[in-house]
Amino acid sequence: MEKLKLALYWAASCGGCEIAVLDLGERILDLAAIADIVFWPVALDFKYRDVETLPDNSIDVCLFNGGVRTSENEHMARLLRAKSKVLVAFGSCAHLGGIPGLANVTNRAGVFDVVYRDTASTVNGDGLQPQPVCQVPEGELRIPRFYNSVRPLGQVVPVDYYQPGCPPDTEQIWNVVQAIAGARLPTPGSVVGASDRTLCDECDRIKEEKKVKQFYHISEIVPDPKRCLLEQGVVCCGPATRGGCGQRCLNANMPCRGCYGPAPGVADQGAKLISAISSVLDSEDPREIDRTLSKIGDPLGTFYRFSFPSSLMARARVQEPPMVAAPSSLMAGARVSQP
Amino acid sequence: MNRVTIDPITRLEGHGKIEIFLDGDGEVANAYFQIPELRGFEAFCRGRHVEEMPRITTRICGVCPEAHHMASAKTLDDVYKVEPPSAAKKLRELLYSAFYVGDHTTHFYALGGPDFVVGPDAPAAERNVLGVVAKVGLDLGKAVINQRLQCQEAVAILGGKAVHPVSAIAGGVSKPITEPERRRLEEIARASVEFGKLSLKLFDQIVLANKAYVDMILDEPYSLQTYYMGLVDEQNRVNFYDGKLRVVDPQGRQLAKFSASEYLQHIGEHVEPWTYLKFPYLKSVGWKGLVEGADNGIYRVAPLARLNAAEGMATPLAQAEYERMYDILGGQRVHATLATHWARLIELLYAAERMLELATDPEITSREVRTLPTAKPREGFGVVEAPRGTLIHHYVTDDRGLLQKVNLIVGTGHNYAAICLSIRKAAQALLRAGQPIDEGMLNRVEMAYRAYDPCFGCATHALPGAAPLVLSVYDAQGQLIKSVARC
Repeated sequence: MEKLKLALYWAASCGGCEIAVLDLGERILDLAAIADIVFWPVALDFKYRDVETLPDNSIDVCLFNGGVRTSENEHMARLLRAKSKVLVAFGSCAHLGGIPGLANVTNRAGVFDVVYRDTASTVNGDGLQPQPVCQVPEGELRIPRFYNSVRPLGQVVPVDYYQPGCPPDTEQIWNVVQAIAGARLPTPGSVVGASDRTLCDECDRIKEEKKVKQFYHISEIVPDPKRCLLEQGVVCCGPATRGGCGQRCLNANMPCRGCYGPAPGVADQGAKLISAISSVLDSEDPREIDRTLSKIGDPLGTFYRFSFPSSLMARARVQEPPMVAAPSSLMAGARVSQP
Repeated sequence: MNRVTIDPITRLEGHGKIEIFLDGDGEVANAYFQIPELRGFEAFCRGRHVEEMPRITTRICGVCPEAHHMASAKTLDDVYKVEPPSAAKKLRELLYSAFYVGDHTTHFYALGGPDFVVGPDAPAAERNVLGVVAKVGLDLGKAVINQRLQCQEAVAILGGKAVHPVSAIAGGVSKPITEPERRRLEEIARASVEFGKLSLKLFDQIVLANKAYVDMILDEPYSLQTYYMGLVDEQNRVNFYDGKLRVVDPQGRQLAKFSASEYLQHIGEHVEPWTYLKFPYLKSVGWKGLVEGADNGIYRVAPLARLNAAEGMATPLAQAEYERMYDILGGQRVHATLATHWARLIELLYAAERMLELATDPEITSREVRTLPTAKPREGFGVVEAPRGTLIHHYVTDDRGLLQKVNLIVGTGHNYAAICLSIRKAAQALLRAGQPIDEGMLNRVEMAYRAYDPCFGCATHALPGAAPLVLSVYDAQGQLIKSVARC
């Protein structure tokens, strides 16, 4: 049998997904025995050109991590979609937008204003900002265009499978690799490398009556490591989050922040969480309820930590109209020169 | 009429891009190193609850999440004016030391090391970790894989997750460790010390015993005179987790020594329109553009700079190796950028020794790992040494702890101006008019950059050293004459 052709790529991500793959350790050698890795920029020496010259659909499976933040990310997403039979949105950023997706609270102008002006150590009297095309004495320099929004991979190109996690649990990565090798992938469109239950359903902690009078930030309480965190007043995203992560955070006595994404049947993870949190409040008094909930302080960063760009909101409304992103990518690197 | 050429190389901006311009005579006129990516954490962290920052800023970089996790937790201690119990600080530093061993291992064997171990002129296809394994043998190759995994395991024991740990919080850590966990950590620490010694021995055999390599390390194109900065303890010894920032000039004279809360008096960041990354510099000296020398406020951080900014190492084996390096390379301070690889191995040994000290500390299994804050949150500063350099976090919150302002100066950022200078200097010396430009030459230019172990994960996300890179050379008419992509 011909060996599988596998590609791994990163877009707007942190590299943690790649590290989770490297954490397969010696099993990487087993992987190499069943698959030819045709493109993996981080670990092996390949060129973009090698991918460009491949025929369409010549990569069997591409694991794509990171969201789409710049014109270059979008170009690579389209290129790898065309070259791959199966495209997997790998990790929270490609799956849902991830933590960098919280930038959808603002837009390019907002990000630039903070980073290049309103940060304590920035000294920028001339108000300079990075430009996609810049003339320097020796010639012209280009950098990719920074879009107004972060988009998960599925909002840019059709995606066949989603593997959640920030990063995906290494054992789950191995499960998915084996499913790919054995041609045992489920129906396209499915979430793979995760469970079909909520994290709450899988959690070993003792659960009694979910009634909460007060919420605590983690610095204010030493929670009992055997009991349900939510029942102790620590906001935990387990009730609306898909399981299968290995309960890594809970084992460190820290609450879930939702990186495995919405549980099966949940369209909007944050909305579901807000509803779950509301249902455990032990009060009928609207003012008391307000006071209790206001303790959370940042509902967006708590309930939509990893999923803002893929939520029903997708982004915040900002004054500047969002720029049209898609068509620019084709010409993003066009070199204009005098004949 | 304009001619539009869609060039696959210029279109695919790469995660790091070096553009070299030649003048009319074919000499290098200038070289630009561009960072084509930004994610904007300083902007979107506004409005978040400050206590969540150790779990948000880890996602700046999946290669060094531990550094952001620790810098963030220390900033929280300051935001809440809370002192973690001694055992909690030791647990944080133990996690951090294990991380350092694993990270420096990855860089030396997989990313920067191949240039030396396999050789700078070896074919690109062999200049990788597999080439290193072929040269040093499969047993050592497996030992490297295993060493890395054990360090990841140690981080997971202490931090909950091997990638993006969660345990460091305001006033301490979220969980103590058990005696069986401690024993396992001690085992990993002992193996790490042996691995550190072995790695330095290997460096002796492969690099120091080879005069051509030593000459290359000391070669002027790879040397750069700058200020140096690093975190030091009370005796001015290297420390990764805590202490004061010390800056020395190229001769080793102390220019400044300050705590994290004073960083704004000392460090400014300059903006250029052709890149997304800013250029930090020393305010007292000033920003004079991308030029070398003590008249300009450009400084360096990371392994060699840390050793240069300090007066020694805090553990015995590492101290002996430190003395040996300065004896052999000569002088009070070493300006040879490629010696960074050596300094990195000395630090690896220090981290392993420190890990063992902490794993065998009687206090390490104490259940006292939390101090509950009582002060209202306001403003805080935190600093650690990330493997790739000093990492500064600075938060300002409202009374409820919601962030109003966030500032982050990341490891590789401090080195950005110096990396640009090193690349230009190497290019000017190595690419000469009239000589054909081959890939080996361009690799030698790249080596000037790779020694820094640049982690634009913090600005972008390229794995250190393996940064996807496009290096292009243009003639005086702006025509592309040679391009090498490592992506």
